[in-house]
Amino acid sequence: MIDLTIDGRDISVPEGTTVLDAARLLNLDIPTLCHDPRLKPYGGCRLCIVELEGVPRPVTACTTPVAGGMVVTTESEQLYRLRRTVIEFLLSDHPNDCMVCQRAGDCTLQELAYFYGLRDNRFWGERRRYDKEDANPFIKREMEKCILCAKCVRVCGEVQAVGAIDLAYRGFNAKVCPPYEKDLDCEFCGQCVAVCPTGALTGKVWEAQGRQKDVKYTETVCPYCGCGCNITLHSVRNRVIRVSSRENTLNEGWLCSKGRFGFEFINKPDRLRTPLIRRRKDGPLEPASWDEALGLISSRFEGIKKEHGPDALGGLSSARCTNEENYAFQKFFRTVIGTNNIDHCARY
Amino acid sequence: MSNNIKINVCMGTGGIAAGGDEVMAAFDLELRKAGLEADVEKHCAVHRVGCRGFCARDVLVDVSVDDVRTTYQYIKADMVPRLVEEHIIGGVPVEDWVVGQDYHDFHDRQEKVVLADCGQIDPEDIQAYLDVDGYKGIVKALSEMSPAEVIECVKASGLKGRGGAGFPTGMKWQFCAANKSDRKYVICNADEGDPGAFMDRSVIEGNPHAVIEGMSIAAYAIGAAEGYVYIRAEYPLAVERLHKALSQARAHGFLGKAIHGTSFDFDIKVKLGAGAFVCGEETALIASIEGQRGMPRAKPPFPAAKGLWGKPTVINNVETLANLPFILRKGAEWFASLGSETSKGTKVFALTGKICNTGLIEVPMGIPLKEIIYDIGGGIEGDRLFKAVQTGGPSGGCIPVEHIDLPVDYENLLKVGSMMGSGGMVVLDENDCMVNISKFFLEFTQSESCGKCTPCRIGTKRLLEVLTRITEGKGKKTDIDLLLDMANDIKDTSLCGLGMSAPNPVLSTIKYFRHEYEAHINDKRCPAAVCRSLLTFTVIENLCKGCGMCLRACPAGAITGEKKKPHYIDTSLCVKCGACFDVCKFKSVIKE
Ligand SMILES: Cc1cc2nc3c(=O)[nH]c(=O)nc-3n(C[C@H](O)[C@H](O)[C@H](O)COP(=O)(O)O)c2cc1C
Ligand code: SF4
Ligand code: SF4
Ligand code: SF4
Ligand code: FES
Repeated sequence: MIDLTIDGRDISVPEGTTVLDAARLLNLDIPTLCHDPRLKPYGGCRLCIVELEGVPRPVTACTTPVAGGMVVTTESEQLYRLRRTVIEFLLSDHPNDCMVCQRAGDCTLQELAYFYGLRDNRFWGERRRYDKEDANPFIKREMEKCILCAKCVRVCGEVQAVGAIDLAYRGFNAKVCPPYEKDLDCEFCGQCVAVCPTGALTGKVWEAQGRQKDVKYTETVCPYCGCGCNITLHSVRNRVIRVSSRENTLNEGWLCSKGRFGFEFINKPDRLRTPLIRRRKDGPLEPASWDEALGLISSRFEGIKKEHGPDALGGLSSARCTNEENYAFQKFFRTVIGTNNIDHCARY
Repeated sequence: MSNNIKINVCMGTGGIAAGGDEVMAAFDLELRKAGLEADVEKHCAVHRVGCRGFCARDVLVDVSVDDVRTTYQYIKADMVPRLVEEHIIGGVPVEDWVVGQDYHDFHDRQEKVVLADCGQIDPEDIQAYLDVDGYKGIVKALSEMSPAEVIECVKASGLKGRGGAGFPTGMKWQFCAANKSDRKYVICNADEGDPGAFMDRSVIEGNPHAVIEGMSIAAYAIGAAEGYVYIRAEYPLAVERLHKALSQARAHGFLGKAIHGTSFDFDIKVKLGAGAFVCGEETALIASIEGQRGMPRAKPPFPAAKGLWGKPTVINNVETLANLPFILRKGAEWFASLGSETSKGTKVFALTGKICNTGLIEVPMGIPLKEIIYDIGGGIEGDRLFKAVQTGGPSGGCIPVEHIDLPVDYENLLKVGSMMGSGGMVVLDENDCMVNISKFFLEFTQSESCGKCTPCRIGTKRLLEVLTRITEGKGKKTDIDLLLDMANDIKDTSLCGLGMSAPNPVLSTIKYFRHEYEAHINDKRCPAAVCRSLLTFTVIENLCKGCGMCLRACPAGAITGEKKKPHYIDTSLCVKCGACFDVCKFKSVIKE
């Protein structure tokens, strides 16, 4: 364990802990933009600077490992000034169109501007202009709003192991883009959207569907597969407009493209709401009650089994069911029906 | 005719650009024509040698007859027949072409260690290096010293890194040696991205084996078996000579397995950089070798702990490495006896700008700035006044005339707001505008910023925008304070040395030449008459001969006048290109 002092308070943390993590254990609030505990430290935004006794320049808390006897200061007039300058630099190259931005009310940059009282800007100057719209079906990429925290690049490489995007160009013109600046063509897991601290990356499906203040959050489990990722449904006036996932869940906030973007069917009028039965040969599928449907299934099972034996029946289960459901399913077939004809869609 | 004739043709990049290849071929041809075929190989050898620093005088040719050396300057291929006939055959030097006193002054005041053999030996022949005791340093280390003793020796020498930061080399090695690992690496930093710098290139072009030997010594000291030279692809000659030298070193058993019959294995790979200034920064350089985007990362961990492929790595500059064979051969005390109290040895500088003797120089640390500029550099061109010298390239600062006696070493340069950097030295005179100079350097750093961190990515852009508007006469009263605020905050918050030092030119010019900024902002005037938007071009009537040159040169049709009568410039039409000023033979166009 390493002993150090942060803002006058003693703390003991395991070797390899960063100053930022140690400070957070003490509930100290150090602003960050490029840090994500699930990704490797980056040190790009420079907001998390702190002072170390005996070190002439401030250092970034997110990249600096603790050392024995370290004396850290996380708040000072100079630090406030420097952080404010950094945010002011970012805002001097930002569209500042929060009134029409999807992320308004849920944007780290906006929040920082608010807390640091940045209405005017000493540095107004040239802004990056990226007019081309990315025609991919899922992710709206407004790179003028990008603050180059590279979280998207890192999540795509480090977590998703896809590497569909990276930084291109240098300096002021540095830009996150797919190879050759083509339209994004990737897995569309949307992890990049989930980590983006600004309005640079948003989902096309939830564009202009509702303001943050009107959103109701419902915690639930993704129905797509047996993994059971925790998801949060965002709904406005009883309509689901977006799916997200919290970091402190078993899936650490990561989702796949289906879980994240495949929810629109919920609002579709033609989606299945009751069982359907075809009552006559070549006739239409007609709505029925669950009692009627289940009754029909059990009587047909009984009939087939009696006439042709249990092996005339087989069960095909789904990857969307949980382990427990699949277990009950095969048990039913083996013991109640009496056949080993059991299979699963995930085999193919 | 003597039996002992040696001809050395300067074939650094400067020499080749001035026609070194042709001169060399002409010597071969002329000697053969003169019927000296047999003698060409035996008695009269023509050698290519690397740069000897005085590039402005290329092609430089040494003719040594019985070890009496005559140096010729500005030699072209068509001058060779006369040299062969009169000097080589006739035995009488061609006085008209012999270098003058200034050539000797330029060299005599220098103290050459790293450059001692550059320009003297054939860089493409390992035997030439062996003849001047080459590879004796590594042999001595291998046969007489333990790795720890080598590190002690380098520590005792006081050698500090020549790549910019000036970190003690022995200490760096000691950290790396202390880290246990199955693999370690030595990297030679030959990225040299500063505008106007050509020190490292000249060393590799002129004496590549010294760098290879230095890397071997470092590898032995820290326990590395693999090395990389990271060199920019824009240095084709250096790369070619390096490859030649590497294969010769392998053939002679100085690289490879079981070197000098010991258990020491070491070999070197060459990695070409694509020409990004930031890739000279050690962590960015390592990322680039690994095939990633060349962006710096936060330190710690330092490369000595986690470097290339995550393994302990020593990364040193070309010049640092080229000093090592000498330190090992001649001893730590010898090296420590050169230089100043705190900075030992010598430093190579690329001396450029408004100075008479432009070129590559090597001087002892601590030499007064004045000696460099006046004694070696020959003073300012023309009769203009010295204004300042910019050291450390785009990361450094301007040193004004009041510090002309400053002893040049790491500590003193920092004290006056500049730095050693890698050794660029640009001399400025009264015709240089300091706002414009700082804008020039900012243009460079701004476009070379990698974009990873906010203050450098956006901050340098904003600094440049403010400087630009000042030079265009659109500066605001508050701009100097704004520049200072930005510059200091960028220094304090940037991730790597590029951003940390990029504001230095702005800070040092404001510190020493604030009045020039004020003149631009308050009076809309550029005192050095450089910033075009602030200039007015006028014809002085009584000097004008009415020749009409300016009228024809003006692209904007702003000049009117009849032949043989004074001309007139309409300032409302003038686009301030300065064409009239440049063409007027009678100096009757003035700008102010
Ligand atoms: C922006 C930047 C550019 C640099 N460029 C070079 C370079 O071209 N050559 C070099 O040797 N060091 C360069 N350095 C310094 C290296 O990071 C490193 O300190 C040096 O190579 C270490 O070698 P030394 O100890 O022998 O000086 C640069 C540093 C920065 C921040
Ligand atoms: S959607 Fe997923 S795969 Fe596509 S760029 Fe974003 S993180 Fe990478
Ligand atoms: S798009 Fe978002 S996550 Fe990616 S670098 Fe820009 S701000 Fe960061
Ligand atoms: S200081 Fe500049 S060059 Fe260095 S990491 Fe930051 S953006 Fe890149
Ligand atoms: S959070 Fe540490 S630098 Fe961005």
